Amino acid sequence: MDSAPPPTDHQHIVFTDGLALECGVTLQRLVVAYRTYGRLNAERSNAVLVCHALTGDQYAAETNPVTGKPGWWDTVVGPGRPIDTDRLFVICANVLGGCMGSTGPRSPRDDDAGTPWGTDFPPVTIRDMVRAQKRLVDHLGIRRLFAVIGGSMGGMQALDWAAAYPEAVFAAVPIATAAHHSAQNIAFHEVGRQAIFADPDWQDGRYWETDKVPARGLAVARMAAHITYLSEQALTRKFGRRLRAGPTGGLSLFGDIFEVESYLQYQGSTFVRRFDANSYLTITRAMDFFDLAAEYGGDLSKAFAGTRTRFCLVSFSSDWLFPTTESRAVARALNRAAANVSFVEINSDKGHDAFLLDEPDFHRTLAGFLAGCAEHAGLPS
Amino acid sequence: MNAPLSAAGVRYVAKNMRLDLRLIAEMVAPGSRVLDIGCGDGTLLDHLYRTRGCDARGIEIDMAEVTRAVTHGLPVMHGDADSDLAQYPDGAFDYVILSRTLQAVERPREVLRQMLRIGERAIVSFPNFAHWPLRWQLLWRGRMPMTSVWSRPWYETPNIHPCTIRDFFVLCGEEGYRVERWLAVDDAGQRSPWRRFVGLANLFGEQALFLLRKV
Repeated sequence: MDSAPPPTDHQHIVFTDGLALECGVTLQRLVVAYRTYGRLNAERSNAVLVCHALTGDQYAAETNPVTGKPGWWDTVVGPGRPIDTDRLFVICANVLGGCMGSTGPRSPRDDDAGTPWGTDFPPVTIRDMVRAQKRLVDHLGIRRLFAVIGGSMGGMQALDWAAAYPEAVFAAVPIATAAHHSAQNIAFHEVGRQAIFADPDWQDGRYWETDKVPARGLAVARMAAHITYLSEQALTRKFGRRLRAGPTGGLSLFGDIFEVESYLQYQGSTFVRRFDANSYLTITRAMDFFDLAAEYGGDLSKAFAGTRTRFCLVSFSSDWLFPTTESRAVARALNRAAANVSFVEINSDKGHDAFLLDEPDFHRTLAGFLAGCAEHAGLPS
Repeated sequence: MNAPLSAAGVRYVAKNMRLDLRLIAEMVAPGSRVLDIGCGDGTLLDHLYRTRGCDARGIEIDMAEVTRAVTHGLPVMHGDADSDLAQYPDGAFDYVILSRTLQAVERPREVLRQMLRIGERAIVSFPNFAHWPLRWQLLWRGRMPMTSVWSRPWYETPNIHPCTIRDFFVLCGEEGYRVERWLAVDDAGQRSPWRRFVGLANLFGEQALFLLRKV
């Protein structure tokens, strides 16, 4: 079936002093792969960190070298776009644990450079991802980010940035996200992980030894997850109950297939060509363990005590994976900390995926919030 | 009660603002922290920030208005007076503003308590239900009054808790709020000549505006 993506030489920086992880393990060598768009101004005051979601990568606003498709946030990041690269310097880094050049399960082990980490890769957290990004931001000579922006898991990172480095974040935009992963979200992730484990090609995570990938398991994981990214209305609007001729045709049990089935199968099969199964396990686990309030004695407002960061929370009305109630809970915690917070629910029938799609109200909100912040930050226009 | 005269520029900017918002803005000290409950599209917030250097934030229940405000770079969150004020810490603001919303909230007395818990001062404006045209309509026609301010029929009005200027004075007394300033304006926005007398203000005032503080 499908094979692993060919190794691509991603732009990256190596930190030879490594990174101490929350689990207690210290990675001896930290690699952060990243891309930038726009120009850093002389004051280094116009930098925006864009944080990607579970299966995203650093190629936010350019053709992806692995898939050949446009960047995942092409409609949002670019000249004249809501995150305007004519004015802002945008950084996007592949998360720790990822498979697009940053240190992750596919990287060589610390104790044996000839073997990849695989499932021995230490468990990483959202905070570890943020710390890795902080190293990059420091390396670029940026003391304060004008904004940290991200959707879904990227939104978790934006929240965590604001909690961990309040002085380094002028504005934070957590989109379609939550301060913790819910039981339902963990449950869906577990379905995906079990699908990977059940694939004989997974071989306890040592699939590279036989030059295979657990394509079927990873594809099923992607299919299950993809359903959670869409809404019922969106599925009905796009596919309804329409049928199309399947590979076998005729009147057999699976002769004709529903269009929605064909769509999911396509999503699954394209995903395995670009994503590493062990990375998927590592990152879904990091999301599951995310609980920002727990780090602060169970009171989320303590994570933001005394913050001067300006927040803009955005949710989407049909998103049932990270519903508006989660964003509202964050907004209320920020209120308890007397923080400056804007909070908008965008009316959309596109589900969780709406933050990646063409949603004019969302784009106007993001652009307007950033323009207001630029004024308060004294950013030259 | 004279509102302080503001700079010419302020008056110009404020010209297109609703009358009660203009009067409210004149009560807010420059540079203060302000929460505007029911801020709509954030006109007052923008005015307070630009002309008085205030750290002004808003809460609004209508999502379309929230989106419009945030699109203009104003710090506004979706929420409502009845359930969201309890979240804020004590004394988080210098002024908490509730303009023409008191009559539409579920629990006006509780909202006022919250306002004076989270803010040093509260500024409240409301349409006066004892304004003479309303009294006349009720007396003469025996029907619920309909005017430009009270423009929705009784069965679909959001204004579930109308009150009069006298009612509000009584409530402030019961709750122990000091009325630092108050004023009533008629439908033309004029404040004189009856402005110092509660009885006359209650008859001729179309809208009332109060600046409160806890005793």
